[in-house]
Amino acid sequence: MGRKLLLEKAHVEGIRYYDVYRREGGYRSVEKALKSMTPDEVTEEVKKSGLRGRGGAGFPTGMKWSFLAKPEGVPRYLVVNADESEPGTFKDRYLMEFIPHILIEGIITSSYALGANSAYIYIRGEYAWIPDILEQAIAEAKNNGWLGKNILGTGYNLEVYVQRGGGAYICGEETALIESLEGKRGNPRIKPPFPAVKGLWDCPTVVNNVETIAAVVPIINNGGDDYAKIGVGRSTGTKLMSACGNINKPGVYEIDMNISVEEFIFSDEYCGGIANGKRLKACIPGGSSVPILPANLLLKTAKGEQRMMHYEGLSDGGFATGSMMGSGGFIVLDEDQCIVKHTYTLARFYRHESCGQCSPCREGTGWMEKILWRLENGQGKLSDIDLLVDIQSKIEGNTICPLGDAAAWPVAAAIRHFRDEFEWHVNNPKECLQRNYGLAHYADPIHVPTPA
Amino acid sequence: MSDQLLKVTIDNITVEVPNGTTILQAARKIGGDVTPPAMCFYTPLKGSGGKCRTCLVEVSKGSEKDPRPMPKLVASCRTTVMDGMEIKSITSQRVLDARAGVVEFLLLNHPLDCPICDQAGECHLQDLSYEHGKNGTRYEFQRRTFKKRDLGQYIQLHMTRCILCYRCVFTADQVSNKRVHGVLDRGDHAEIATYIEQNLNNDFIGNVIDVCPVGALTDKTFRFKNRVWFTKPMTAHRDCDKCCGEVTLWMRGDEVFRVTARKDEWGEIKTSEKTGNTGWICNDCRFDKKKASDWTIEGLAPIDRHSVIGQGKYKGLKKPEETIEKVLDGRKPRLLMNIHSVSEVNNPEIELSEINGPATSAVFKKNNHE
Repeated sequence: MGRKLLLEKAHVEGIRYYDVYRREGGYRSVEKALKSMTPDEVTEEVKKSGLRGRGGAGFPTGMKWSFLAKPEGVPRYLVVNADESEPGTFKDRYLMEFIPHILIEGIITSSYALGANSAYIYIRGEYAWIPDILEQAIAEAKNNGWLGKNILGTGYNLEVYVQRGGGAYICGEETALIESLEGKRGNPRIKPPFPAVKGLWDCPTVVNNVETIAAVVPIINNGGDDYAKIGVGRSTGTKLMSACGNINKPGVYEIDMNISVEEFIFSDEYCGGIANGKRLKACIPGGSSVPILPANLLLKTAKGEQRMMHYEGLSDGGFATGSMMGSGGFIVLDEDQCIVKHTYTLARFYRHESCGQCSPCREGTGWMEKILWRLENGQGKLSDIDLLVDIQSKIEGNTICPLGDAAAWPVAAAIRHFRDEFEWHVNNPKECLQRNYGLAHYADPIHVPTPA
Repeated sequence: MSDQLLKVTIDNITVEVPNGTTILQAARKIGGDVTPPAMCFYTPLKGSGGKCRTCLVEVSKGSEKDPRPMPKLVASCRTTVMDGMEIKSITSQRVLDARAGVVEFLLLNHPLDCPICDQAGECHLQDLSYEHGKNGTRYEFQRRTFKKRDLGQYIQLHMTRCILCYRCVFTADQVSNKRVHGVLDRGDHAEIATYIEQNLNNDFIGNVIDVCPVGALTDKTFRFKNRVWFTKPMTAHRDCDKCCGEVTLWMRGDEVFRVTARKDEWGEIKTSEKTGNTGWICNDCRFDKKKASDWTIEGLAPIDRHSVIGQGKYKGLKKPEETIEKVLDGRKPRLLMNIHSVSEVNNPEIELSEINGPATSAVFKKNNHE
């Protein structure tokens, strides 16, 4: 049984409300930070913890904080990215819905470290009922003196505002989020300048994921060193995984980053195995944008070792034979799922969500969707497969924001690992409408070359 | 430090530029083939650029201090140079591939209706696809279309041709206090539009026609009147109480077909000689003053761009400097065949603008015999 830091008290009755949260030891980190630590010490503690951004990119949070420009007389902002729109990811929703105070607590401590007097929670528009929960939590915190002017008599002021998004995936990209927060069209900005220098209202801004901010609470409570002891190597601490798809127990799990993928999928503590006694075919381990892996490469790396559930483990083998931790949206596909259809669905999503600002993404995503539709419906050609690979390579890396990469990677990975399924769709145009390709050889043990 | 010139090397050619110059501007200083094409960047428009991705270049050395190369291709229009930076434009296969990709993407949903488009001949997308595009398209689906819209009495919006460069949006932001048009929707169904059919009423709104790189925004007073390459551009001015009054007249005989702002070799509106600001012109000058007597005509306008309208048609043509030798480190490109030695109808000594009537093979033959 792994250690729980964020979800430890998740099942305490009434943890959503301030009284219970406080009784269970809530807001200790604020007391500790504001009364006994300087802002730089808080940042130092976060650096020591090795905490990495939980939104997808995995950038070290402490380092991000230390990049924040601190010119005199210019306000700084903390923006919490709660625009969790990645298909398959719903961990932040769970946190905000059931333990909103852990987010508020993390915001206070983090804002104190950054010297921000205003913090914004930019929340996905589709989470229509959660802003009310957050606003209630903010009001409770304010009534108890944790927010507002002169918090705990330390002279530190902080206001937290909740802003609803308009329902665009692209607003999860930090600069698009800032534009949207300013009331403009949510187009990603061209970087540099980075938000740490010119962010919200052209002021230095840090944008962090909900889970990242919440993780600051246990880091301050127990110390960065203690946090860094959990996990392996540069993947420290615990990570929330939102597991979904064809598994027996979909849901949000907090894992120590030192368990294997096999354990996560098949143990009763976590996903509980594949539903309906089916076999595992493929999995997207970190939200829809990261490369999909077939069963054999998911459970074992190309070197034949057990694949582990942490940043380095999941990306072992690079894009050729690995994937990414991403945002922790663990999507499992069983043998009845069609990879072509699945890839088409993702391509349709990215086409719909592209902001249309830069040409490769605007035009390329639509093109890929149309070709995938054709392949899925048995009207494709063999050359379409290579065309898709070429289109995605023209998009990847050439766009303003990472949405282009996010649209390109799933297509590239699906073709890389499931090319024969695509070819089967082309060669069996009638059959592919009636049945799926099935598991085929995707779970066969991979050949690991051994030195003579 | 700030006054010091920075050394930048683009495709083996070194230039010195002031601090704060972008890679694109430095490359334009060199000119010729090494200059990346730019479809969305427009020097007078603050905030423009970075969107079309045609100007991507590879930075193979970051700077003298930090020589690490940049991992991704960068948009040269929005990246400022550092001292000692080394950039690869046409010498990098990665850049050429990416550029070809972007051209293909831009043309994917473009109708390619050049034969009936007023922009043909001075269209940046035409130039771009001519220089960097492929022969055919691999796109086998129906192209996206939009309805034509009237933006007031003078401007026609042909959204189907638009490449979403956002230049007109920035222009409206800059010349008017209240912009009433912008981008609606997103992705490949995004469109330039007014929210509910609205006129664009502003004395300077006609300038969106000039900044549009394609035929999406056209001048209704000129639509279908003439081909741009049949008209002669003349530099002219008038005293105008609204704008600088410095324009280019597009004439045929004594007839003024079209009035535009003066543009430089990159298709960008020049700085006004009178005011020192960007030479935006007002709607009166552009749409109403269509008589030669309204203007003081100074003479033929030089055409610097190597597009259709610059194809040896006018006197005073300034040919772009050849840079290929410099790019090749002093080596000369291998000449496989000199076309002039075998062709009868391609004689550079004959100034096409001086002959009477259309050029026929007879014109060249007569000259050869003399």
